[in-house]
Amino acid sequence: MEPLLEMRNVSKHYISGYIKTNIIPAVIDVSLTLNRREILALVGESGSGKTTLAKIILRLIKPSKGEVILGGKDIYSYPEKDYYLKVQGIFQDPYTSFNPIKPILSTLMDAVMLRFKINKIDRDKAVKIIESTLIRLGLNPMEILNKYPYELSGGQLQRILIARAYIIEPDLLLADEPTSMIDASTRLSVLNALFQLNEEKGTSIIFITHDLSQAFYVADKIAVMYKGRIVEYGERDEVLSKPRSEYAKSLLLSIPRLSRRWFNV
Amino acid sequence: MNTLDNDNKTLIVRNLKGGYKTEYGYVRAVDGVSFDVYPREIVGIVGESGSGKTTLLKLICSGGRIPPLFLEEGDIIMDGINIVKLGWNEFKSKILGKKVAYVPQAAYDAIYPYKRIWQFYEDILREIGISVNKENEDQIKQHLIECFKSLGLDPSLINRYSFELSGGMRQRAVIALIASLRVSLPLLDEPTSALDVVTQKRVLEFIANIFREGYVKSVIISSHDVATLRQIAHRMLVMYAGKIMETAKVEDIIAEPLHPYTQLLIKSLEAFEGFKSRKEYKPKVIYRELANIYTMLTITGCRFHPRCPYAMDICRKEEPPTIKVDRDRTVACWMYMKR
Repeated sequence: MEPLLEMRNVSKHYISGYIKTNIIPAVIDVSLTLNRREILALVGESGSGKTTLAKIILRLIKPSKGEVILGGKDIYSYPEKDYYLKVQGIFQDPYTSFNPIKPILSTLMDAVMLRFKINKIDRDKAVKIIESTLIRLGLNPMEILNKYPYELSGGQLQRILIARAYIIEPDLLLADEPTSMIDASTRLSVLNALFQLNEEKGTSIIFITHDLSQAFYVADKIAVMYKGRIVEYGERDEVLSKPRSEYAKSLLLSIPRLSRRWFNV
Repeated sequence: MNTLDNDNKTLIVRNLKGGYKTEYGYVRAVDGVSFDVYPREIVGIVGESGSGKTTLLKLICSGGRIPPLFLEEGDIIMDGINIVKLGWNEFKSKILGKKVAYVPQAAYDAIYPYKRIWQFYEDILREIGISVNKENEDQIKQHLIECFKSLGLDPSLINRYSFELSGGMRQRAVIALIASLRVSLPLLDEPTSALDVVTQKRVLEFIANIFREGYVKSVIISSHDVATLRQIAHRMLVMYAGKIMETAKVEDIIAEPLHPYTQLLIKSLEAFEGFKSRKEYKPKVIYRELANIYTMLTITGCRFHPRCPYAMDICRKEEPPTIKVDRDRTVACWMYMKR
């Protein structure tokens, strides 16, 4: 099977300073492959280069070296509109991902317009598509559609963003820490919506997180990043049962668990 | 611990009601909260966003004196002094920075960005009535350096600006400043929620350290994650919509959560607990989520009933009383009412 996404020796460095310039490497020599319908979890602490990697795939920044290939073609060979029909992203803070002066209906309408092209679909049909998507993801359209983003909870907004991706049906979704700003009790509902998108539309997902226990729950494949490099990459069960790198081992030990206490106080 | 009389408790809170006065009216965020903190004890407050954790901590550290925060009624007794009845000057000279100190959720807010940590510390000392002059400067600096050293922090930090430190380092520096003041009850508001797991462990170890070394008498720490509090707290208070739903020792609450809300909190971690994959574990009960956190403050009857899978008729009509089920365990739920 042909892989959906392939990254070949991708590096990215930032340059800081004006007179005396410093080169700061953010991503160093990363190679990854992702098949269709697969979920890859990208794990690492803050500053490890996870988000830079996501931005490279989303075409928000250009890599300094290496190439990213989607569906057999370099990502920069797609026209912009076509590319974002194939690749979508959701981010850490749901409140800044919405236009605050637009009601939810109009935000989702834009997604329908992007998917079905403006003149080919009338408004009633578009609303119907939006409503059925929301119901499928366990949201109540009557409660949501005429509200503004600030009136909704973080968990709901994050699921509406997933609904937007559900309408667009991309091949690949980048989820950059989608649950880190959400309470532990509503985290599962967001993850469930992601799984539905994966199962029903066949979207591959790159799930970025700093929490290895969530990665184990979500992913088929796991990549652990540390200081810009991938230090551990493999199938989920392999990484869980015998991690090769010291860093992955220390990550496993720093997961807070209900059954165990680290130290006596 | 229960045989101690009231004077020996670090903190007694009785029937505390408070909230915010805004342009649009009054919002009561803490509604009739009562609990005790004993000496040599770490108390964890757990609850979702909007449940009133932060408001409760802010009320305890200020007595509702700083607008828009407003205290309606209730008593906050610290080492035998009722801080609600004190005047502002007395409160500032006796309580603030001596008995109680508050660390906000984002330590970005805690340190003044234009000052080095040492200059910021001078400001704190001046606020609580210790003036730093040429004679005692070296002595105080030495004390702070000793304190940083004994807690495993680099002493050169005191000459840095806050933006030069990483998130976890900044959080530890702020907690170390409080430790060096020997505040008896620091209030830590979600100290680890913005940090990654490795840094989170480091910060929790640090908090355990200042407690073990005896810099502080007791600690109150809030979080939305039960597993995080499990690592450090002795006792847990579960808050929902401004009320305490359950209090118990940590081991008891993990082994057998009584209130349906506590069950939800612990169940939501079940998937991650045993490193199960998404195919092995499908959550059975999907709890409903409230659209707006403000609506949960206006619900009649038990505030959790719209989301509760066991809701009965009485839950919709009447608020449940706090029921004492065990020696140090209470729960506010009609299911545990003996008839």
